[in-house]
Amino acid sequence: MTEMITYTRKDGVTEPLTDERIGWQLDGYRLVVGLEVHVELTELKTKMFSSDPIDFGGDPNTRVGPVTAGLPGSLPVANKQGVRSAALMGLALDCGIAGTCEFHRKNYFYPDLPKNYQISQYEIPLCHDGFLDVVVDPDPAYGDEGDEPIGRRVRIERVHMEEDTAKSSHSGDTGRLHGADKSFIDLNRAGIPLLECVSRPDVRTPEEAQAYVRELIAVVRAIGISDARMEEGSIRCDANVSVHIPGEPLGTRTEIKNLNSVRSIGRSIAYEAERQVRAIQAGETIVMETRHWDESAGVTATLRRKETLADYRFFPDPDLTPIVHTDQQIEELRAGLPELPKQARARLAEAGIAADIVITLVDNDLVPWLDDAVAAGADASTAANWITGELLGACAAAELDVHACGLSGTWMGQLAGLVADRTLSNKLAKQVLQVALKQGGDRSPSEVAEAEGLQQVSDEGALQAIVDQVIARNAKTVEDIRGGNAKAIGALVGQVMGATKGQADPKLTNQLLQRAING
Amino acid sequence: MSLTPDEVRHVAMLARLAVTDDEVAALAPELNAILGYAEQVGEVAAHGIPTTVHPIPLTNVLREDVPGEVLDREELLAQAPAAEDDRIVVPRIVSED
Amino acid sequence: MSELITKSAAELATLVRTGEASAREVTDAHLARIEQVDGNAGYDKDAVGETDVHAFLTVTADAARAQADEIDAARARGDELPPLAGVPLATKDLFVTKGTETTASSNILRGWIPPYDATVVTKLRQAGTISLGKVNMDEFAMGSSTETSAYGNTRNPWDLGRVPGGSSGGSVAAVSGMMAPLATGTDTGGSIRQPAALTGTVGMKPTYGRVSRWGMVAFASSLDQAGPIARTVEDCALMYTAMAGHDPKDSTSLPNDVDDVFASLRTGIEGLRIGVVTELQGDGYEPGVSASFAEALTRLEELGAEIVEISLPHAPYGLPAYYLVAPSEASSNLARYDGTVFGTRVDAPTSEEMNAATRAAGFGTEVKRRIMIGTYALSAGYYDAYYQQASRIRTLIANDFKAAWEHADLLVSPSSPGVAFEFGSKSADPIAMYLNDVATVPGSLAGIPAMSVPSGLDEQGLPVGLQIMAPLLREDLMLRAAWAFEQATGFDTTPRGANAVATPQGARA
Repeated sequence: MTEMITYTRKDGVTEPLTDERIGWQLDGYRLVVGLEVHVELTELKTKMFSSDPIDFGGDPNTRVGPVTAGLPGSLPVANKQGVRSAALMGLALDCGIAGTCEFHRKNYFYPDLPKNYQISQYEIPLCHDGFLDVVVDPDPAYGDEGDEPIGRRVRIERVHMEEDTAKSSHSGDTGRLHGADKSFIDLNRAGIPLLECVSRPDVRTPEEAQAYVRELIAVVRAIGISDARMEEGSIRCDANVSVHIPGEPLGTRTEIKNLNSVRSIGRSIAYEAERQVRAIQAGETIVMETRHWDESAGVTATLRRKETLADYRFFPDPDLTPIVHTDQQIEELRAGLPELPKQARARLAEAGIAADIVITLVDNDLVPWLDDAVAAGADASTAANWITGELLGACAAAELDVHACGLSGTWMGQLAGLVADRTLSNKLAKQVLQVALKQGGDRSPSEVAEAEGLQQVSDEGALQAIVDQVIARNAKTVEDIRGGNAKAIGALVGQVMGATKGQADPKLTNQLLQRAING
Repeated sequence: MSLTPDEVRHVAMLARLAVTDDEVAALAPELNAILGYAEQVGEVAAHGIPTTVHPIPLTNVLREDVPGEVLDREELLAQAPAAEDDRIVVPRIVSED
Repeated sequence: MSELITKSAAELATLVRTGEASAREVTDAHLARIEQVDGNAGYDKDAVGETDVHAFLTVTADAARAQADEIDAARARGDELPPLAGVPLATKDLFVTKGTETTASSNILRGWIPPYDATVVTKLRQAGTISLGKVNMDEFAMGSSTETSAYGNTRNPWDLGRVPGGSSGGSVAAVSGMMAPLATGTDTGGSIRQPAALTGTVGMKPTYGRVSRWGMVAFASSLDQAGPIARTVEDCALMYTAMAGHDPKDSTSLPNDVDDVFASLRTGIEGLRIGVVTELQGDGYEPGVSASFAEALTRLEELGAEIVEISLPHAPYGLPAYYLVAPSEASSNLARYDGTVFGTRVDAPTSEEMNAATRAAGFGTEVKRRIMIGTYALSAGYYDAYYQQASRIRTLIANDFKAAWEHADLLVSPSSPGVAFEFGSKSADPIAMYLNDVATVPGSLAGIPAMSVPSGLDEQGLPVGLQIMAPLLREDLMLRAAWAFEQATGFDTTPRGANAVATPQGARA
């Protein structure tokens, strides 16, 4: 495990990331960011330490047994699948897996914590010392690599298991803690299995932070442990931000809590970094504190000063036993890992798919769609274009989640196939897609095309008759063309299209017209 | 080792116990006496000795991911000192976690 | 007063099975005894009369009678009865009981009606026992005299001016006072063995993990262990058999099958090597206790055991280590009592103040003391010197025991350094009170099975107990020695003396 912070050049060479290459700087200050990402294991059926069900969206306080409520006499028993999910995550992040690790209690009083301690891991987490290679979107500031994406390696300090807290809401107009005169506790979320992924402070730009979280989400989805929806809180991010002048000691860091979108991660870090620089320049001292990101105002604001370090009084939870993994078990888990985003990226690049399309596919968890499309007979590049271009665009326009739009990779593959065999023109295929998005994916693209009368007319005999009619009616235009006005053929194509309600194969139409006019 | 009244207050704060000055005055010598007694553990050269948390070491006691029964919500909320709108109610929260 | 209350659990089970007595008669006899000697102060400490034993906080008479009637009906139908069918039981208020108030003798849980049952409660019901109600204890099991209960003292049936020991004081008083032949106890540092010794009853702490902790209000999770309290070793073995076993709801529950302790119970101890623990006798032990212990050794030798001297070099550090480990765990276990999800609440403008005020009002002095000690022992800068060091000493003590088993099959010591003491005589000095556990704590830290069996009376006529300790999971060997010792001693468990509880008719005294 290298202790150096590195980046990867376009040509694949990895080099130390020197200050000169850091893409963010302000009046000589550079940015240092570490990220803590919480992943809710939403794909499990029960909580981390009890058999109480995980069922999102239920009525308040309906997923609560004695353990979740922290009732006297209740005892935790760890979820086997929760441990497995955590180990998979660690392996996906190239972490070491502890041969033996244990659960600790983190003791602090808070109304959303029924036992007033959180079961977590402390000295020995299940997973330690890994890394995540992220692809940073075009960033000219990196120097002479131009606008191609480049890689950055962010080291992972640890991934550990813990339990989520309850959800509290607050009285009053704002619904926020401040100004409320009472709060309401819903215990449904309490005890939901969480992974905490802690990075080293290797992130140097707001864009890298965004890319890191996007990549982490892609990894989580690839291994199937969480739906990884930031907007619904199943991925939550805290950012530790500081600035310093290269060569000088690191600055005091502040922690921006509970960032709930990739966009706000970038914006808040950029804001906070500039705020710190300006504060230092104004002679102020940066204090250790947690800060809240106000998305609408676009500012961070003090939540809590950490005048004294919190004293969590960690100690091994005597109600739980250590977790032991043999080398063999670890290797079995590793062998069972599905294709990870970085592997998918390499494979897709090999297949000749453009780099920006690869990123879009990976970030949107659409690599399996492409694989299905190819399995359905489509050309990889064409299918990738259809999926990332037309499909995502149409979904965005219709405010649809692509994974809930009713279509599938196979469906998109069939659509691309219809274009390839000229059953559909591009234009018609787009219409088929629009119709299918409205109707759901029950019918195949060819069924939709047939039902809607959208098939392309590619039958030479049928088209020849129409072409002959058009030529006969437009003797003057034909003469013009023969006289050298080649562009005038467009008008004739338009008439053929009109006669076929736009379904004539444009290429074939052109050929037939040319043959009829020029012999 | 001797706890000052301020340290007693700090520990009470960590333990979320409201204490009066009189209680602090009474607790300080009691706690010091108990700690003084307990500090005998320091006489034993135990460096490098592993700690025991479980008298009989078990490992990997794990549960299958199968849902069980939950409490009836009315029964759950009936335990709570205050409840409203199907939720447990607490007074204004001052600190951020 | 029916002589049924003088019978052992084994005898009562036989009477019910053969139809010589109905479960209803047995239950009514014990309920009548409770009415006769226990008073009915319940949770009202100011209502405890001067001669009330006050073992019970709640008497569930109706439920008990209904359950007895079911057993009688089952017998009438010819159903096979479970082993302890119709045997009354007193349940320590540390066990969570569905629909019946459970307080751990603390104000902070006053009025709490649990929505579920402890595994021990379920298992004992399935074994046919009839719970007569919930009995008093030291608050959250923190104490050695039951004086820390928020609900008043429980009196020692042998001398109503003295404590019954603790924390299972209500349990032993109910059994000794013949209000129930069996009671559940819990033992963290001696809370079954010491009160058993002080009331002339038999109390057993099984191997840690042998009895499920699910539904047992936690004090110190790595030490807490439930066990039986009875008047005979046989009853103790019967109840242990009914309580023990693996429970998937408790991660620390042992998966091993429970041995049949009856196979060897009556086979004697000829040839067994019994070790006398050097460090657990002598200075600090009352003369009456030492004398009874010496007699006990003679008796064991007469039974054919070989007495050997065994040193547990780290045993003297057991008590200080215990008083760091147990409060540390307790400080965390008791954090949940904050007035939010269950229990009592003291209103205040903010949640933080509400928590602090609720805990200040709800916890008694000793509980607060231990929470403070534990919080401190876990806090930054002290964790290693206190909690960690104490946890290392646990290892050394466990190693001492392992070494001892090379030379002895069982170990013995007095169960308690003294006999029952007068109310208030030790409450002012926490350490004097803690010293009650000096003989029992080493076994607790090592997790081994240990029990107290009566060895006689001291010069004041107060009971003394012999502690027998066995290797991990050797309850069979321990009970075998206890049974042989009990037969040889012929100890009469009926409380007697000038200030004793009223003796029932038909008692052997």
